[in-house]
Order: sequence, then C-alpha cells, then structure tokens
Amino acid sequence: MADFWNKLTIRQKLAITAWLFLAVPLVFYITIRFYPTFEAFYVSTLKWNLLGAKKAIGMKNYIKIFADEDFWLVLWNTIKYALVGVPVSMLIAFIIAYWLNEIDFGHDFIRAMYFIPFLTTAVAMAWVWRWFYQPLPIGYFNIMLSWVGIPQQPFLKSVTQGLYSIMAPAVWAGLGFQIVIFIAGIRAVPRSYFEAAEIDGAGRWQILREITLPALKPTIIFLTVVSTIGFLRIFDQVYTMSADSAGGPLNSTKPLVLMIYEFAFDEFKLGRASALTVILFLILLVVSLVQLWLMRKQK
Amino acid sequence: MKTWLKSAFALAIGGTSIVWSGLAQAVEIEYWQYTYASRVEAVDKLIESFEAANPGITVKHTHFPYADYRKKVAIAVSAGDGPDVVQLYYGWLNDYRDGGLIQPLSSSAFPHAKIEEEFFPMVGTMKVDGEYWGLPTAVRSLALFWNTDMFAEAGLSGPPETLDEFVDYAKKLTKTDSDGNYLSVGFAVDTDGQDHHWWREVLIRLYGGQPYSDDGKTVAYTSDAGAKALKFLTDFEASHKTGANGFMNRGQDAFAAGQAGMVLDGSFRISKFVKQDGLNFAISELPGHNGKRYNFSSYWVNGISSKADGEKKAAAEKFLQHLTSDAAMQLWLDTVGELPAKPAVALVDANKTHPLYGPFIRGLSYANATAFVSEKPQRQSLIDAYDMVVLQGADPAAALKKVAKAEQEVFDEFFED
Repeated sequence: MADFWNKLTIRQKLAITAWLFLAVPLVFYITIRFYPTFEAFYVSTLKWNLLGAKKAIGMKNYIKIFADEDFWLVLWNTIKYALVGVPVSMLIAFIIAYWLNEIDFGHDFIRAMYFIPFLTTAVAMAWVWRWFYQPLPIGYFNIMLSWVGIPQQPFLKSVTQGLYSIMAPAVWAGLGFQIVIFIAGIRAVPRSYFEAAEIDGAGRWQILREITLPALKPTIIFLTVVSTIGFLRIFDQVYTMSADSAGGPLNSTKPLVLMIYEFAFDEFKLGRASALTVILFLILLVVSLVQLWLMRKQK
Repeated sequence: MKTWLKSAFALAIGGTSIVWSGLAQAVEIEYWQYTYASRVEAVDKLIESFEAANPGITVKHTHFPYADYRKKVAIAVSAGDGPDVVQLYYGWLNDYRDGGLIQPLSSSAFPHAKIEEEFFPMVGTMKVDGEYWGLPTAVRSLALFWNTDMFAEAGLSGPPETLDEFVDYAKKLTKTDSDGNYLSVGFAVDTDGQDHHWWREVLIRLYGGQPYSDDGKTVAYTSDAGAKALKFLTDFEASHKTGANGFMNRGQDAFAAGQAGMVLDGSFRISKFVKQDGLNFAISELPGHNGKRYNFSSYWVNGISSKADGEKKAAAEKFLQHLTSDAAMQLWLDTVGELPAKPAVALVDANKTHPLYGPFIRGLSYANATAFVSEKPQRQSLIDAYDMVVLQGADPAAALKKVAKAEQEVFDEFFED
C-alpha cells in the first residue's frame, strides 16, 4: 500500500486526497438529496398511502391535479408570491443599500439591524406578525390604524389581503440578506468609474443609471433568482399565519408547497404529493435555466 | 494468559445469556399518545396499576407533540417500529385501517356482545367490516360555557335554552366601541374550534335534516335544513354582529380573557378555564330547538397496532382491557376531565349532577358521532362554506352546494375500492 502511494505523483496524490474529502458530502448528497428526488418521479406514478400496497396508475395523478381547480388557484398564489414579493423586496433592499452605502456613522449597526430578521426563526416571527394582524382590541396594526382614524382591516381574514399580509413578513425577513449582497455589489464597482463620471459632470441620477445599475447586473440577476426560488417555496409563514394552517381563507393564501404537505401528511396521498413535487421541481428548473442563460450573456 | 482470557470470555457470554433469558420472559410493550399533561399523568397511573397486576409485562409510555403525532405513528408503524398499543382520534380510524396501521380486536379478548352492551352506542362507529378496531377510555361531548359576570351585567339570569334565546342573549352580551369595533363578543364563533361539529351534528338535525346519508356514503347537508343551519351560524358575524370568527385569535382565548359571553367547547377545556384568574363561568347543555336537543360526541380510542403479534399481542390486549376498565374510566374523568365511555360509569348521580361535567354527561344521551372518512377535509367544508357566506356574501345554499361537491369526491375516492 505504502509502495503504491509512493509511486504516485504529487498531482495524483492531491487528486486522491481531494476526492477522499469530497466523498463525504458526495455520499450525503446522493443518498439524502438525489435519490429521494428521483424516487419522487417514480412515486408520482403511484397510488400509495405510505403504508399499503403501491399501485401503479400511470399519469392519473397528473390528470387529477390538472383537473383540480384548487391546483390552478394555488399555482397562481405561488406565482403571485414571487411576482410581487421579488420586485418589492429587491426595490426596498436596493434603496436601503444605496443610502446605507453613503453613510459611515452607524453603518455597521444599521446593517446588522436589517440583518437580524434574516437570522430569526421564520415560525417565531410569523407568530408575532399573526398577532400584529389581529382585529381590535388586540391587533397592533389595527390599533395603529385606529389612532389615525382608518377603519380596521381584516388582513389575514380576507381573501384579497391575506396573501399580501403573509408576504410582508417574508419580504421583511429576506431584506437583510439582499441588502448585504447589494452593498457588496456596489462596493465592488471601481471607485475610478464614479470619480471619472463626477469629473465629467454627471449628476447623482445619471451615475446611478449609467454606472451603478449596469455594474450591478450580475448582483441583480443573482438576487432575483435566489429570491424567486425562495418565494416559490414559501411555506413557514403560510403554515404559521393562516388559521388552522390551511392556507385560507378559501385557499387564497395557499402556496404549492403547503398543498404538497397537505396531500402527503394530512391525507397520506403520497403519489399526488409527489406529482405536485415534480411540477414544482420543473418550475424551479426553468427559473434556474433562465438564470444560467442570462448569466452567459454577460460574458 | 490465554486460559484466563478464555474463561473470562466464556463467563461473559454465559452472563449475557442469563440476562438475556431473564429479559425474554418479561414482555415489554410500547404505548403511544400525544403530549397533554393530564393525559400523560392518567396513563402513567394506569400503567402503574397494570404492571402491579401483571408482573412480567412492562409498558413503555411514549408521547410527543400533537402536531407530529399522526405522521410519526404512520411512519414508525410502516417501518415495523413504534407502538403496540396506540391512541388515535376516532375520526382517523378509516385512514389508519386503510393504511394497515392497526389490526382488528380479537373477539375472544373483546367479545362484540359485551362491547355493545357496555359502551355508549356511538362507539358503534368503531365497528367496520364486522370487526371492532379500537375502544375508547373516554368520550367527549359539547356544552355551552357562559361567562356569569357578563350575563349578570347584561341582566340575564340563566343560560339560553333555545336557539332563539341564544341569538337574543348573544346580542345583549356584545359590546362595541363608537366605531362598531368589538370590545367583547356575545358568542365567540370559531370555525377552527368546535363549531363545525355543532353545525354538522346539532344545528342541521335541529332544523330537521341530517349531515350524511344513513349509510354514510353521501353528503346530505345540501338540504334546506343544512342551509338554515349554516345561515344560523353565519348570521352571528354577518347580520347580528355579535362576534367575528376567530376574534382574539381563537374562541377559547376570547372566552378565557373574559371577552366573550358564550363559547361552545368540550369538557377538556374546563381545566384551562378554571385556571384563568378573574374568569367566572358556568356550563350548561347546548340550546335546543322546537323541543329537541342534539349533541356531538367524539372520542379517542386505543387500538392495537399491526406490528404487535405473539406474546406482545397478548400483552397488548391485556393492557387495552385495563385501559377500558370501569376503574380506568373514572380515573380518566377525575384526571383528564373526559367522560367515561360506559353509561354504567358515566351516568351515576355524582357525575350527572356534577356542576362542571354534568351538562356534558347529560348531553351524551342525545349525542351523535360523525363517521368521518377523513376528518380534515370534511372539517374544511364548513370552514370554506362559512367564509364564502361571510367574506364573499354567497348564499348559504349555494356555498354548501360548492363544498358538498368537494366533500363528495373525498367520499367517492374512499369508497371506490
């Protein structure tokens, strides 16, 4: 053995050592991540309640899903979380990052304050927000509204406001991460660009539009993809904040992941749940491919 | 050197096998339930008396939070692990039976005639395909909790006896500020709580209908009675303005905080309310209508998991007999506050006239248990119908038609094989 080892070149030794270390996460990923992923494709063609016999039913799960009007509502909800949540959170994060970058006094402290929600447990935070949204006399938001003479709002108990009420703490929680990435992006732009622009007499707005934003394009694409995937997978907030964890009222706040959870662990319809997982997987795959394509154009 | 090593080794093996054979004689079975302080205490006491009476059998008591309970049981048993005797909600029976999680009770240890003679008739929902699949220690029913201070303040001397009085009292008990926001509600309506049971098994029947067909395979609440019952329930929020669904998060929280005049709940809630400082309340039977009264009963049963066989199964049967004995039922009432599942234990005078448990026990005599196919989606029917009427202004009959279609699909899918 020692003989064999001694015959190897340094390059080969390095490669073997590297693979030895890589083997651990690789085994982990294959058994814990990849295997169940492929298993889900198989289970999605079965009728299976986790315990009884597995019955192959072909594409029936998919047919049932596409015929279910609740699925389309839930899919639309999921898209709404991303479609509204991503631009709103990115805009707020950019504005904060832009101005935070301009100040020195208290910079670190303020940045840390924005980052804390990102570190907080989503469920704990969602419960606090759930209480904020309560009707009078206990709900904090409604108490504040009553101070300024605005009638109380139903928030979580409304089919129109519910989704946005649940989205708000999700946006808030993700803000810290986006701000930190934006600041890093802004700081990575060479100072000489800004100095040159100032000498040429460019205004603040012009510098922002012509230099800062174009230079931030990779940052923006990265954040868009990461937060789109995040919002498409929203779960904790809805599970915690909707009454009885049902994504109500009338399914108006239910995202795809919650629907998967309900099929799998409330009704034990593993086949239907797996089929929904495959659909979510395909959606996320498309989002990721679009990102790769956009990034390639940068080069 | 080598010889002493050999003899030490032989000794070690011998010792182990002695311990091993000792263990083989003692059967250990495992009991699972969800974590709820008084239930855990009651089972611990029952295990103590069981082990004293049955040397050679030990019972390992495992419990974990309700939120994970169903999942853990399903996954553990299907992996050949988990409990021998397991507690489950009666509404889950079909899911458990279908999933092969539990086995039928043998008629030698649990003769059918004896069950039917001793237990309340609603335990009949545990008999499927000619076999009993589980037996309860305790049963539950609903009653009306009312805040005596708020009643006195509103000039009301006793609880409402009829639905009309109930509405009238709810109006008198409601307090709002100048903008019409609730300060306290007359009746804490809560569709996530017990109100869906009230609607399904009590209100619909009071209006002359029934929730499901007699064979339990068809939704029957799309009748006039169903719509009237739904209108009765939604009117509190939509037109009487005596409360909003989920006011103060949950009906029980509003009542505990002294900000609800009336709430419907089970006997298991008594222990929460008696601990509230400054809350003075009384309990009475659910209001009737046209001289009739109905109630809803539900229960948790103990079943034997499909994993138990041989001597473990024999031990599990013995333990289940112990859990459903008369003594266990009285202990359960005194410790947990749930009602004995046998009339002979429940309907003794001391229990019937008990100021707190009495109304629940009297309610048992006219109670029905729903034969759920799958409780969660069936509960969702009322929650959704309520929201359609209150949030979207739908007509009660139209809302019921819509949810009935979804619920019927659940039935059809279940009964198709």
